[in-house]
Amino acid sequence: MTQITLAELCIVAAAEAFRGNGEVIATGVGPIPRLGASLARMTHSPELMMTDGEAYLVEQPVPLGPRGYDDRKKAGHLPFSRFFDSAVWTGRRHAMVTPTQIDRFGQINLSRLGGTHEQPKTQMLGVRGFPGNTIYHPNSFFFPQHSTRVFVAGEVDMISGVGYNPARRVPGGNYTGVDLRRIITNLCVMDFGGTDHAMRVISLHPGVTFDAVQAATGFALERLDDLPETPLPDDAALAVIAAMDPHGVRAGVFRDNPPARAAA
Amino acid sequence: MTRITEGTLDKRMSAAEIVAQLSDGMTLGIGGWGPRRKPMALVREILRSDLKDLTVVAYGGADVGMLCAAGKVRKLVFAFVSLDMIPLEPWFRKAREAGAIEVLELDEGMFQWGLKAAAFGLPFLPTRVGLGTDLAVLGGLKTVTSPYADAETLIAMPALKLDAALLHVNRSDWRGNVQLFGADTYYDEWFAKAAARSYVSCEDLVDRIEDHYPDDAQAQTFERCFVTGVVEMPCGAHPSSMPPLYGWDARALKAYADAAKDPGDWSAVADRFVGADEAGYLASFGGKEAVAALSLPIF
Repeated sequence: MTQITLAELCIVAAAEAFRGNGEVIATGVGPIPRLGASLARMTHSPELMMTDGEAYLVEQPVPLGPRGYDDRKKAGHLPFSRFFDSAVWTGRRHAMVTPTQIDRFGQINLSRLGGTHEQPKTQMLGVRGFPGNTIYHPNSFFFPQHSTRVFVAGEVDMISGVGYNPARRVPGGNYTGVDLRRIITNLCVMDFGGTDHAMRVISLHPGVTFDAVQAATGFALERLDDLPETPLPDDAALAVIAAMDPHGVRAGVFRDNPPARAAA
Repeated sequence: MTRITEGTLDKRMSAAEIVAQLSDGMTLGIGGWGPRRKPMALVREILRSDLKDLTVVAYGGADVGMLCAAGKVRKLVFAFVSLDMIPLEPWFRKAREAGAIEVLELDEGMFQWGLKAAAFGLPFLPTRVGLGTDLAVLGGLKTVTSPYADAETLIAMPALKLDAALLHVNRSDWRGNVQLFGADTYYDEWFAKAAARSYVSCEDLVDRIEDHYPDDAQAQTFERCFVTGVVEMPCGAHPSSMPPLYGWDARALKAYADAAKDPGDWSAVADRFVGADEAGYLASFGGKEAVAALSLPIF
């Protein structure tokens, strides 16, 4: 039997983030988040809504990788020209994305690293839709390389998404829409259920210790007292994953496509 | 009083005539999104001109990268600049990392909100977006307080008033009755309405659209009162995509991105990506047949 991979374990963990969300657009950016959203839609959470990655709503999630342009079956239309009124600014969406940095407040950065706003050392994409996403609808994150370069000490270089930092909240603003859910990494699953929304480890991937997670993080993490192992996918989940990723894109997410259980 | 006749509704211009109506220091909106539906033929015409000191307002792709590389941009209003298949736009990065351009960085949703404020002639529109991030301080964005019982503090997103907008559409007639197809037309209609003058290039120009395509009238996403000039530019979005006609040109985009690598001197490579004229440019990428054969991207 083929060994279950870390990628497949993370897809199942990503799917859990979308469980029971109701009729919202599930957006997964990147192979693991997208397969996670698709797995949730096709198994425990059929109420989720998804797009084809372009402008059409689909009731059958679109597989990853090359396919015929018209293979997807259109069930509705959700172009960018309607995206803010239909999905983002009405809170009817849950996005799982991969920022470049995240800090202990859940503030995220996709814009630039180092330097100044006038002259960044490294210019990245720009804030994209993160400021609006994070103040209006639930968000989760996937990080393929859990490290202190990603989970930074202090604050991120450019705050592109709202977190739980009271010092950054303009008084009088309405932050009731800020809802950071899950963080899935190559080492563990976390949420924001700690003290004052502190980041908290809620499961460790097989073979990973809490100390290893803490060592790869630039700030102190909270944890559940009895940390469970992140569950392995069952056969049904593996079958869905295989169908949604017929070209095996998931095998390229982590270097050498490691098995779900980390080597001791 | 001048009587308006059918003849005076003829908005046909050449690309050079359109660019001649633009001037140094203008605020210029560019439609499309990333590597999609970009009025690249008009952008190339700007690159062949002496126009400079522009404030460019765009959901950016190679349009922004090229204008930055050529030193045409004084200030950029943006939420991202990306070629999608090549996530980080290399020429834009170079300009930013050299500190060569001033920027107003916005969220994608705030951006369209600013266009809408401009379209409605409002000084601003309120939004929650930007609160709790660095955008407000970096962009000098002010807040307003709701005058109602909630007394909520909101960001006042300033109107993004455009002196001119450039758009590429599927069809138009000479009166500026446009038709836009494809899965998504992004915010082209709001660029058109936010601008004092909008110039439209099109894949297909017809005389009276009601005689040719009356059944497609619902594809008119903005009305002809928002169109100042029209020019027929087949393949005018290349190397960006123009659904349903053609996808983006991955090879051309990769060549353009690779050219940014050391030494990455735009003046040495501009000829390849701009050309002396549009016919020569298109021929160098295989002509209309090659562009028509570019398949639509799959996500």
